Amino acid sequence: MSDGARERILAKVRAALADVPRGEEPEDVVVTRGYVRAHTGGELIGLLVDRLTDYRAVVHRVPAAEVAEAVAQALKRRGVRRIVVPPDLPTRWTAASSVVAVADEALAVAELDGVDGVVTGCALAVAETGTIVLDAGVAQGRRAISLVPDYHLCVVRADQVVGDVPDAVALLDPGRPLTWISGPSATSDIELDRVEGVHGPRTLEVVIAE
Amino acid sequence: MSGTFVGMPAFPEAASAATQNAQLRHNLRKATHTIRGKRAAVVSELDDWAELRAAGKAIKDRTLRHLDVYLEQLEEAVTAAGGHVHWAADAAEANAIVTRLVRATGETEVVKVKSMATQEIELNEALAEAGITAYETDLAELIVQLGEDRPSHILVPAIHRNRAEIREIFNRTMAEWGVPAPANLSDEPRALAEAARVHLRDKFLNAKVAVSGANFAVAETGTLVVLESEGNGRMCLTLPETLISVVGIEKLVPTWQDLEVFMQLLPRSSTGERMNPYTSTWTGSTPGDGPGDFHLVLLDNGRTDVLADEVGRQSLRCIRCSACLNICPVYERAGGHAYGSVYPGPIGAILTPQLRGTSSELDASLPYASSLCGACYEVCPVAIDIPEVLVHLRGKVVEGKGTTVERVAMGAAGWVLGDEKRLGLAQRAAGKARGLVPKRHLPGPGAAWTDTRDIPDIPEESFRDWWAGRGRGQQR
Ligand code: SF4
Repeated sequence: MSDGARERILAKVRAALADVPRGEEPEDVVVTRGYVRAHTGGELIGLLVDRLTDYRAVVHRVPAAEVAEAVAQALKRRGVRRIVVPPDLPTRWTAASSVVAVADEALAVAELDGVDGVVTGCALAVAETGTIVLDAGVAQGRRAISLVPDYHLCVVRADQVVGDVPDAVALLDPGRPLTWISGPSATSDIELDRVEGVHGPRTLEVVIAE
Repeated sequence: MSGTFVGMPAFPEAASAATQNAQLRHNLRKATHTIRGKRAAVVSELDDWAELRAAGKAIKDRTLRHLDVYLEQLEEAVTAAGGHVHWAADAAEANAIVTRLVRATGETEVVKVKSMATQEIELNEALAEAGITAYETDLAELIVQLGEDRPSHILVPAIHRNRAEIREIFNRTMAEWGVPAPANLSDEPRALAEAARVHLRDKFLNAKVAVSGANFAVAETGTLVVLESEGNGRMCLTLPETLISVVGIEKLVPTWQDLEVFMQLLPRSSTGERMNPYTSTWTGSTPGDGPGDFHLVLLDNGRTDVLADEVGRQSLRCIRCSACLNICPVYERAGGHAYGSVYPGPIGAILTPQLRGTSSELDASLPYASSLCGACYEVCPVAIDIPEVLVHLRGKVVEGKGTTVERVAMGAAGWVLGDEKRLGLAQRAAGKARGLVPKRHLPGPGAAWTDTRDIPDIPEESFRDWWAGRGRGQQR
């Protein structure tokens, strides 16, 4: 059934485009990229903090040597006892905390639902839009672990921060599953009143390591 | 209350009914004005908005003019990444494909991410006939589904409901569908959102099959893109074993790089945010991460007819941001339901008659559901000249049809222009836009009209004169 549909649809598309000159190539349709690569040339970390705070994420800016301390403090404040971590999360990040860190070795969804939070790194962060991108790469794990727990603590290295969306798209590998995160989950579906936290982690905490 | 648009009255009657509903008018006004303000603020932050908009338009034009090439490229890339591609010429074929795929899993329940394409083909109803229950997971779609209602806005489909109504719907219906609403549920949005979270949690954690749409499909890489806010999309796209995405053939973009344009245009135009909370992208399937079985259903369902119309073709550039709804004085007063389709507002007024044809009174009246003020064109992130397409479609309605259709069409025009106060303010507000809308010279019945002035500048009188003239022309 669908094999026939493929040929029928493509034939209809070609018939519909009878006005397009035969020799025209896709590249002959001019796309002028007159937009800027980045909207700011200023201090990226400050901008990222500003944007994340605007989304009501909790943000800390610390020297790289103090990441473990900042992570431990954050987990303590939150009252977290058990967290899930990607198997390759740098152990030094959680070294100062006494929480139980369960490495994700294909944990069942129900087990992910039973932990109090997740700690990950990221692939990059976009200052202009306050976006953190996970690509299932180093220190991030598979997508489910940063989704099911209600609390996500993300460590961003200063050298992972890019200025704007075009730089991010250029660096990211579309072959990997990507999750772009801009603040905690939110809805405005009821009388347009914004409520943070629906199905994704209801709290996003970010430690930026400089 | 009916969950479908079949048998809807034509636009003028439906619109008149809506304008008498004070609650609906209040909600709509608050919603459209709030989102419109947020959009304006975040758009004005980017001093290259005009360049982004021009690029977005050009990228979509490139895609549409060579759509066959890009469709084949997408199919190849998705297949190479381990996905399966299916083609559906119409709603019945798409529904049959999805039903067959769900049946093959042995499951009788699916979770769904908000998707206009699946609403358009009435997939939930088709699945129900096959004994499969589809659970909508977007909060607004959940409200619509539980209330056996219809969506009224692209972005906030339950905007016609207030918090007390939502609480009543949750209390009355959640138990039938699964986890009941908590005792003593308040009507605070936070409490209602929490009730939805609890209601859907088990469904997400146990779901084996998900159905989604997509905002974009990248031909070069085979990557699908879904933008959302609540995390229900991530749940559906990540936890189940099988993922079926129903995607209109106009959703393609040629290259991965092109997303750098649309990921700036869409969130700012849509929710008025610098970026929406969550965007997921995936290419085929990834071992050990997310659904192992991925199916892409490419849907035509009238899109090739739109493509064949050289004026109407630009409608397929639409990225469903809903900015044109929020700015439209007619939408604000008529509400989404009056448009009788899943695509309301200015984009619905041009898309629905092209997708479905103008044989019904409702569809024939839609091109008249506008004062042609041009504000929709000004806010459109891909520069769709909606007034141009409206006038073009009016010409087609008049050419092709007898008196019944013409009568309802004139009824719609009369509704739009009937009450001087109804649109007076909006017309003045739209004045800014006029300089931005190019002068047009249109063929057919619109010619005499557009020869003399810009379309957005048409005063009520000349429009009526034009109509009166047309009526006489028909009789002779
Ligand atoms: S027509 Fe333009 S403004 Fe309206 S929904 Fe589509 S992209 Fe947005």
